Amino acid sequence: MATITLQVNGKSHVADVEARTLLVDLLREHLRLTGTHVGCDTSQCGACTVWVDGKSVKSCAMLAVEADGAAVTTIEGLAGNGKLHPMQEAFHTCHGLQCGFCTPGMVMRSVELIQRNPNPTEDEVRHGLEGNFCRCTGYHNIVKAVLMAAESVRGGAQ
Amino acid sequence: MSGAEGLGASVARKEDRRFLLGRGRYTDDITLPGQTHAVFVRSPHAHATIRSIDASQALKAPGVLAVLTGADVAADDLGGIPCGWTITNKDGSKMVAPPHPALAQGKARHAGDPVAMVIAETRAQAKDAAQLVEVDYGPQPAVAHLNAAVADGAPQVWDEAPGNVCFDWHLGDAAATEAEFAKADRVVSLDLTNNRVAPNAIEPRAANGHFDDVDDRYTLYTTSQNPHLIRLLMGAFTLKVPEHKLRIVAPDVGGGFGSKIFHYAEELLVLWASRRVGRPVKWTSDRSEAFLSDAHGRDHVTHAELALTSDGKFRGLRVRTLANMGAYLSTFAPAIPTYLHATLLSGPYVIPAIYAEVKAIFTNTVLLDAVRGAGRPEATYLLERLVDKAARELGIDRVEIRRQNLIQPNQFPYQTPVALQYDIGDYPATLDMALQAIDYGKFGERKAESAKHGKLRGFGISTYIEACGIAPSALVGALGAGAGLYEAATVRVHPTGSVSVFTGTHSHGQGHETTFAQLVNERLGIPIENIEVVHGDTDRIPFGMGTYGSRSAAVGGSAIYKAIDKIVEKSKKIAAHLLEASVADIEFEDGKFRVAGTDREKTFGEIAFTAYVPHNYPIETTEPGLEDSAFYDPKNFTFPGGCHLVEVEVDPETGVVEVVDVAIADDVGVIINPMIVDGQAHGGLAHGIGQALLEECVYDDDGQLLSGSFMSYCMPRAADLPSFKVGNHVTACTHNPTGIKGVGEVGAIGVPPAVINAVIDALAPLGVTDISMPATPEKVWRAIQAAQGGAA
Repeated sequence: MATITLQVNGKSHVADVEARTLLVDLLREHLRLTGTHVGCDTSQCGACTVWVDGKSVKSCAMLAVEADGAAVTTIEGLAGNGKLHPMQEAFHTCHGLQCGFCTPGMVMRSVELIQRNPNPTEDEVRHGLEGNFCRCTGYHNIVKAVLMAAESVRGGAQ
Repeated sequence: MSGAEGLGASVARKEDRRFLLGRGRYTDDITLPGQTHAVFVRSPHAHATIRSIDASQALKAPGVLAVLTGADVAADDLGGIPCGWTITNKDGSKMVAPPHPALAQGKARHAGDPVAMVIAETRAQAKDAAQLVEVDYGPQPAVAHLNAAVADGAPQVWDEAPGNVCFDWHLGDAAATEAEFAKADRVVSLDLTNNRVAPNAIEPRAANGHFDDVDDRYTLYTTSQNPHLIRLLMGAFTLKVPEHKLRIVAPDVGGGFGSKIFHYAEELLVLWASRRVGRPVKWTSDRSEAFLSDAHGRDHVTHAELALTSDGKFRGLRVRTLANMGAYLSTFAPAIPTYLHATLLSGPYVIPAIYAEVKAIFTNTVLLDAVRGAGRPEATYLLERLVDKAARELGIDRVEIRRQNLIQPNQFPYQTPVALQYDIGDYPATLDMALQAIDYGKFGERKAESAKHGKLRGFGISTYIEACGIAPSALVGALGAGAGLYEAATVRVHPTGSVSVFTGTHSHGQGHETTFAQLVNERLGIPIENIEVVHGDTDRIPFGMGTYGSRSAAVGGSAIYKAIDKIVEKSKKIAAHLLEASVADIEFEDGKFRVAGTDREKTFGEIAFTAYVPHNYPIETTEPGLEDSAFYDPKNFTFPGGCHLVEVEVDPETGVVEVVDVAIADDVGVIINPMIVDGQAHGGLAHGIGQALLEECVYDDDGQLLSGSFMSYCMPRAADLPSFKVGNHVTACTHNPTGIKGVGEVGAIGVPPAVINAVIDALAPLGVTDISMPATPEKVWRAIQAAQGGAA
């Protein structure tokens, strides 16, 4: 067992974890932050995407001990004071989610995508989401939502 | 009403907020006090005797509470997993329905067959201990593929099923079809494989069982599309506990696509194990475990022939299909290649005679059952491939051959030669709508433009029909179903005028919390924020059949309408009393009860309050309260249909196929929420394009699944797909009160043949005449090389 300290959604946590414990298991099992989902065991589906020190990371592909000292943001930490992030708002407006299972990872990845590329083309959005699977939406409305959120964030920044 | 929130309004979904905030409540998110965890030991062999199981080391491992095997299942008299549909053979005998024990009894029959169950304090401990369970297997010869399974001397999956035949069934008039073929000018034939696919809802299956010995009651949280069906099967067949002692909860469920319809061993076993260990037991599937335990779909091998006149009129269709069942029979497996496949073979066309033969075959593979479309994609694929081939061989335009054979709007109701009677449709209208959307007239220009970039452009078409809301109960019973196929709803009006709707259907992405509220808004005029839709908990909802086969809005919505009819009828009596008028004079419109021809009225809220505070009330004739239930048993299937068009660009150097345009026009009946309907179509299209180009469960000859993870099973990603052009042309279903037909599966049914027809069209100039699904770059490249006379 190792003792690690990390920030999750702005709160400091100390946790005793096994060396093999994955970051996603720390979040879901130890901290009961069940918004981060597990959809595969080979790091393809992206349902477990969170931010570690501001970068999107598949939390099934990172050991909890590697997050020692890091600042982690999960879907539960994205909305501020009950107000949806523009990306969450755009997913709602565009019907970018159906069953909701891929949604947390998809949203976390999408926010990072438009932070890196504030004015993406449809093609750039589609390639930017290659690490996140959705079986419900055919991606059509997710892509629409990301483009809408990008526009809304650009508008807000002006 | 059709106001801002009623029929036809693209209302943003009520359920979104919890999902967007990460506060959905899926089965694996639920941890109960005293939670333990289960992991299954699964057979690595496709076919093997189990000589012995030694759990002694596993039982000593840290945290382990129990290791349970087939012997324990037998000792506790757990019932086998039943099959819910019995097919009658050509000769009048019944299909072979072998036993399906929850844990293997002496023999494993597919790789992934559960052999033992380890229960421990943590999931990691259970996983560690599962490695220590010593199973002594005696490997046997195995068979995985249809043609191999029916060959002479093939390994036998079941002794009681000689030749591995589960059933040998037929539909249609053989003699009449023979006569059409005898006098036909032309016969076009085709051999096809419909590729085996995995459902792959992104949420893996999970189950959390809790036996409470204080009130002697069992609660199961499970990833199900139909919790009452699971309760019925567990009560009557597997757990053998009276249903009032069973509560099945399907909370938020992360996609189903058919795979979460069926009763699975794992959900039975966690509940049983909870009674054994005295604590709640949770199991959550890994993705690689899902590939070995979720029911797969499709896997047909078909020979099909179409008889035509020389000017392209369809005269007869003959189809011979082998359908894979896997090692055991899943809940609805036998119905898929029969009553959901052969009955659809007339498509949207006039075909005077049809004869179909279907042999279902056991193999040493994972079970097969419904996956989005379920039988209808297989029928559509073979028919639309065959029609395209006929057009090419007869030198007729592919659009025109379809147009001249479509059932015309004035021919409804239309009785097909394969049992179904279509109530309504307008197939020429959807054909024209789709052609316009893709700008078909300019395809030649686009093809020339693609050629400038070294790409081969192809156009593909599919005009299709599907059947949703399988019913009526009496008919499906006569055809072998073990259950009814009605739906139930309770509408509870609260004293302050808000409403709770309890539906027997289940939502796992479909958005019922919004669309069903819109139905209530349409009828009662109540804002949807004041309407709650409850589903998924057998302790709260009426006995309903759940969600599959695109039935929820058409069948479940009709049950809601029927319940609302009763609410309105009773409300009118109350209103008549309050307004001192006769009931016959009360009109209900825009949420108000009014004496006809006057301005004397009461609001719905006033009526609701009066019903619960019956001080001034027609108590002699009318009971207090405002709540009613309805069960709706449809008179017929509904028949959505339409036209799907696809354009592809093929890179002849690499064989890579890019889908560059998709335009569809569907008739899904009356639409509640256009945004949600379009979203359902988008998802189905991605699923269908996935099957056509990317997805396949590949088994080796020994029954090992080679594409058993997302590393090797290719799921459609955002960059594999274009944006879709989706249009709707509505003809209302004639036999249900909503006019709704269903939309959940149209994409997966209509689009695969359009994709393959487009690929073949692109490659036709090179001499390629056939390509099978999935049309991977390797397959396309080899087809090009073979057609060009190169080494393929």
